[in-house]
Amino acid sequence: MLTATETVELVKGQKLTASAALETCLKVIDERDGEIGAFLEVFTDSARAQAAAVDIKAASGRKMGLLAGVPVAIKDNMAYAGHRMTCGSKILEGYISPYTATAVQRLIDEDAVIIGRANMDEFAMGSSTENSAYQKTKNPVNPAYVPGGSSGGSAAAVAAGFCPIALGSDTGGSIRQPAAFCGVYGLKPTYGLVSRHGLTAFASSLDQIGPFASTVKDAELAFSALAAHDPKDSTSIERPMMERPFNMRSLRVGLPKEYFSDMTGLTPEVAAAMEKVKSRLSSAGARMLEVSLPNSVYALAAYYIISSSEASSNLGRFDGIRYGASVKGSSLADVYRKTRGQNFGPEVKRRIMLGAYSLSSGYYDAYYLKAQRIRTLIKQDFDEAFKTADVILTPTAPTTAFKFGEKIADPLAMYLSDIFTIPCNLAGLAGISFPTGKSQNGLPIGAQLLVKPFNESLMFGVIKELEHAA
Amino acid sequence: MSKFETVIGLEVHAQLNTATKMFCSCQLADYMAPANSSICPVCTGQPGALPVTNSKAVELGVKAGAALNCHVNGISVFARKNYFYPDLPKSYQISQFDRPLCEAGSVEIDLKPSGSKTIRVARAHLEEDAGKSLHALGSRALDYTLVDFNRCGVPLIEIVSEPDINSADEAYAYLTELKRLMQWAGISQCDMEKGELRCDVNISLKAAGTQELGHKVEIKNLNSFKAVKDAINHEIGRQTSMLESGETVAQDTRLWHEKEQKTVSMRSKEMAHDYRYFPEPDLVPLRITEDRLEAAKAKIGELPRARKARFMKDFGLNNYDAAVLTSDRYLSEVFDASMNKTTKVNAKAVTNLIAGEFLARANELKIQPEDYLSPKTILPANLAELAGMVTAGTTGPSAAKTIFAASWETGKKPEILLRELGLAQVSDTAQIEAWAKEAIEANQGAAQDFKNGSEKALGPIVGAMMKKSKGKANPKLANEMIKRLLAG
Repeated sequence: MLTATETVELVKGQKLTASAALETCLKVIDERDGEIGAFLEVFTDSARAQAAAVDIKAASGRKMGLLAGVPVAIKDNMAYAGHRMTCGSKILEGYISPYTATAVQRLIDEDAVIIGRANMDEFAMGSSTENSAYQKTKNPVNPAYVPGGSSGGSAAAVAAGFCPIALGSDTGGSIRQPAAFCGVYGLKPTYGLVSRHGLTAFASSLDQIGPFASTVKDAELAFSALAAHDPKDSTSIERPMMERPFNMRSLRVGLPKEYFSDMTGLTPEVAAAMEKVKSRLSSAGARMLEVSLPNSVYALAAYYIISSSEASSNLGRFDGIRYGASVKGSSLADVYRKTRGQNFGPEVKRRIMLGAYSLSSGYYDAYYLKAQRIRTLIKQDFDEAFKTADVILTPTAPTTAFKFGEKIADPLAMYLSDIFTIPCNLAGLAGISFPTGKSQNGLPIGAQLLVKPFNESLMFGVIKELEHAA
Repeated sequence: MSKFETVIGLEVHAQLNTATKMFCSCQLADYMAPANSSICPVCTGQPGALPVTNSKAVELGVKAGAALNCHVNGISVFARKNYFYPDLPKSYQISQFDRPLCEAGSVEIDLKPSGSKTIRVARAHLEEDAGKSLHALGSRALDYTLVDFNRCGVPLIEIVSEPDINSADEAYAYLTELKRLMQWAGISQCDMEKGELRCDVNISLKAAGTQELGHKVEIKNLNSFKAVKDAINHEIGRQTSMLESGETVAQDTRLWHEKEQKTVSMRSKEMAHDYRYFPEPDLVPLRITEDRLEAAKAKIGELPRARKARFMKDFGLNNYDAAVLTSDRYLSEVFDASMNKTTKVNAKAVTNLIAGEFLARANELKIQPEDYLSPKTILPANLAELAGMVTAGTTGPSAAKTIFAASWETGKKPEILLRELGLAQVSDTAQIEAWAKEAIEANQGAAQDFKNGSEKALGPIVGAMMKKSKGKANPKLANEMIKRLLAG
């Protein structure tokens, strides 16, 4: 499959039409998505129309966008006017978005072709995409394994070669963890850099849209198309990116000692892969140093309080009154009870209950407020660590992909998949997962690079140098 | 003297005077507009839609803070108030909770027959309105509910008083003053019929002279200031008789039934909501700089009570006249502009013209207060000149009316109109005497009655004389002349 960068070059040079690029993808999807299940829906008609429009534009000699002719999948929690959006939930079955998310619109404005909506854990809650109300998505590397989650469909779409780029959303690792499991790149940008307007909210203060790609260059290309101030999102930041030249020889790589301890459930195979990344960085001239993130041990707990609290409020709008599923009842309360009771899955219900409890009067201080304090401490830990380190290197997940059903009955074991990715969201940093080898049974292993807010270019630069040296 | 004292706090919701909604760019629909004609993904709670704060609403909130003597917080925080109801599409209302925009203010109210009192304002915060549920169409009850989201997201300021109000009359005076302040500063139009001003009453009774309050009763569904007054009086009666017969008043929320003139329980404490307030993560904290606060204060300028005091002090107006002039900001500006063109001697005459001719004509022509100082009315210089002529006696009251109307119409100076219309007041004794004689001649019967001691009989004679002189006779001299001739 062509990368996004290659596609753009060929389409711009009129050596390839967007339509041809799209048809190639559609063919691969047709051949293999029956097995993988990455897409909930392929937007064949609108994608073909879009590709044709891109081709007319190219033929007329007009200036082409950054993503000219690149087929892109979107996670099923992003609004695309006139198209269905379910968030992997029965409660939104049949819902058609009346408007388009800013992130999706930016792709369209850059001449990308929106190819379809990708499967996900219901309302982005989960780490294996098994919580989708519609279908399972298989890991394209080995279909006996989960693709990770919650953006499992998007990760699988890129890993299976269905499209060069897919959008995901990352609240506690939902882009980076599936990227690691599927052996692709997955970026969670700095909070506020990519507009959330049109992204169905899970936890508003943590959610961020980012791309999956099969090369670091493609990830960077997609990021540059996505990142921009949006007046429709009040948490969107108007700030130029830090474009700082760097030298591998003066690069300081921080290794959080807590992340490499036994407590994290880090498997020997992932630990060994991390050693290889370290030695490659060292031989390229970078300096390894230990940093400490002492409050990270509380990150998981704080995360589940904060994200569930926000989710309990955000998901209140799915009430059967205006759109989506609606079940008749004997009273208003009965309509709510039945509509939500019958159409939310168990994980979503668990989090709504946890969140509503944390926010209720008498418990607010002990849970929500305390979790917010921990969040501040975690942010301070990172501020401190970034005084001595330019980037922080960690595993993306403690394990490689697991098998279907292996963790679904044990929510806590499932939550631990995100132990390394969650602190980044709590602190509002940027993080990327990049492939760094495979386990003995051939499953991909991902490493995570964290940088200070707005330092994405440093992150891309380091990975490019690292890959160049290898 | 009653054995009980009444303690009242008011929560007032005023609709902010903006063109668009609080968190989206939908136009504020007229209250008669078709249902759901002004809605969008944001105010109907579509998935993924985000709020963006209306900066005009914030500016008006800051103005309200200044007008209510509040401390305006440099940083305030929007919070979500969570509850389920069909007219609340997001399942939460964006409001402010523990960090409101304005705190610790006060409103000065006039007491009857005299004196004033300070009612403290606990807080004033910004929030969005909910939609409207329709359970009936006209008189036809429905077995379903319709929802209109036009009102959903309309910007409101909620003003919460401290429990400093002790009677229905004080509540009425407080609301009247609040409404005047809101309108004065352009914060809200406060049209209760359009739902732009709503009021909830918190009321409890305590034994006279003690500190311990009874349970708080909240009264809702109050659609006019009169309803507030009536409901409070009814509730004082209800609670007093309960307490007198040894019962306790339960904490309660009650609805005012206008037709039956009584309050009826709506829900009890057991059903009290837990709104699960938490900071709205979709909005960053609201920052109000010193500059922004000062700019808001400058825009409001002088507040009505200060202006009234100045009118009394600088122009020697009495309390009543100053109150009439400052009942409306624009009316007071007409006075100020006119006084700019004349001297203090004419202040009373200027006041009389404004309170009389000006208001009558403005009402007749349906001129909005904001247009009082526009070419649609009389020029302040002309009003001032006419007042000067009245004070000097150059023109009589009826001629002044004619000249006022002509000057309003044509923009011409009153001095010129006086000449053009031949309306100069006549004080020439010979002419007055001639007119008086003619008038007596034509009213012999009345003249005889007067001579027999009937003061009233003078009326028809003076009337006849004014008619003969076409209103130009100096009324004072005319009176004196008739009396002198009849006495002679």
